[in-house]
Amino acid sequence: MNEPIVKIRGLKKNFGSLQVLKGIDMDIDQGQIFALIGASGSGKSTLLRTINQLEEVTEGEIWFDGELVNQKLPHRQREAHLNRLRQNIGMVFQHFNLFPHLTAIENVTMAPLMLGRVNKAEAIEQAKKLLDKVGLSDRGDYYPSKLSGGQKQRVAIARSLAMNPKLMLFDEVTSALDPELVGEVNRVMKALAEEDMTMIIVTHDLRFAEDVSDHVIFMADGLVVEEGPPSLVFRAPQEDRTKSFLQQVFND
Amino acid sequence: MGLDFSILPAYADILWQGTLWTIALTVLSMVFSLAGGVVFAVLQLSRHAIIRWPVAGFAWLFMGTPLLLQLFLIYFGLVQIGLDLNAFVAGVIALSLHFAVYNSEIIRSAIVAVDKGQYEAARSLGLSQFQAMRKAIVPQAVANVTPALGNMMIALLKESALVSVIGVMELTLSAQRAISDSFRPFEFYIAAGAIYYVLNLGLEQAVRVAERRSAQYR
Ligand SMILES: Nc1ncnc2c1ncn2[C@@H]1O[C@H](COP(=O)(O)OP(=O)(O)OP(=O)(O)O)[C@@H](O)[C@H]1O
Ligand SMILES: [Mg+2]
Repeated sequence: MNEPIVKIRGLKKNFGSLQVLKGIDMDIDQGQIFALIGASGSGKSTLLRTINQLEEVTEGEIWFDGELVNQKLPHRQREAHLNRLRQNIGMVFQHFNLFPHLTAIENVTMAPLMLGRVNKAEAIEQAKKLLDKVGLSDRGDYYPSKLSGGQKQRVAIARSLAMNPKLMLFDEVTSALDPELVGEVNRVMKALAEEDMTMIIVTHDLRFAEDVSDHVIFMADGLVVEEGPPSLVFRAPQEDRTKSFLQQVFND
Repeated sequence: MGLDFSILPAYADILWQGTLWTIALTVLSMVFSLAGGVVFAVLQLSRHAIIRWPVAGFAWLFMGTPLLLQLFLIYFGLVQIGLDLNAFVAGVIALSLHFAVYNSEIIRSAIVAVDKGQYEAARSLGLSQFQAMRKAIVPQAVANVTPALGNMMIALLKESALVSVIGVMELTLSAQRAISDSFRPFEFYIAAGAIYYVLNLGLEQAVRVAERRSAQYR
């Protein structure tokens, strides 16, 4: 059995005196699709953001691809370490965070060009392929302001994929979308899942979580309360807190 | 005696030279003051007080004292420590620094106003702090304040007249030379004023184009 691509041990995170993550353990194998669910404020985003170190860790260990993510290093070395690490971890945000001053295709080519991965012609060719993959081959020259929310989010996914990441993090990527635009983004994620991308998906869309994931983690108050395959967590939850959460969400 | 503008053609050459010097002075100072504005703005946002403080002190000094004094200091003062600048260069330096400081205040607040998700997106792609600033944050910050920077550049053009006092033969001093030769102050000041006005119109057009360009993504 190979080492898990993501390994988390005893992860704790404080914001000042507020403890938001209270000891998380997690193993994610290459190609697995994790869904992270839980009430608002349970720490899902924070957990996701510690993995690529947008949030620093208070205690515990995060391993990615055999390397300790949160190792103590002098500032410069730490920055270099983080830059290298993040190039292998894509992240997609709830509010897209596309670069508004760049066209769709420029958004996608920016990082690979900036980081000297490819030359300009290669970057554009790759970006076209990626935009095609997310169904936006005809929108390359559009600025984000001229795209719908669903289109923006698909460009954002293409932008992350341009770095050929080994892991993709999705933080409620359909929460800011009009309901009729959710499907197009979910389909892109589904397609990615079928290509064996390793993914962690934070979502309130439980139907999608059940559909796409092969492992569900239910979090409450900074702890993993229950986890397992979606068929079990959703259909036969063991913990009371899971049951009441599911009831609440499905009743809405 | 009445106004007689028929005197002007005889001095067309000196006025034309003066106009060219004013344009050179303004364009160079514009470029340096904008580039300097970005640099000062970014430095003022540094995490290190040792970088922030000198820049802040420098900015405070240049905002709190008259441009004329700064010009004298750079032209006459620096000679004393062995830096003998020619008047044009001293003028460009003074105007550039003076306006760089104002530009940097505008740009700095624009950088701070950029959504922090932009920085996170850039960093999460693996860009360094510097790369994120350069490619993601600064361009949109500057684009968002193009109108304010445009006004600064228009002010710069007019303030460039001050450089005449250290002997740069720009438009204002050229007009004065023509006056001391012809004893016709009214005509030449009006002529110089008209030329400044035309230059300003051109600059305003350029600013408007820049504004439209920078707003095209909205
Ligand atoms: N930068 C921060 N500073 C202080 N507190 C924070 C910060 N970020 C998050 N928190 C707090 O940490 C807790 C967990 O937040 P987090 O965003 O991880 O929850 P979440 O599960 O993603 O919630 P949601 O479903 O609403 O997105 C919340 O109480 C939140 O207020
Ligand atoms: Mg969240």
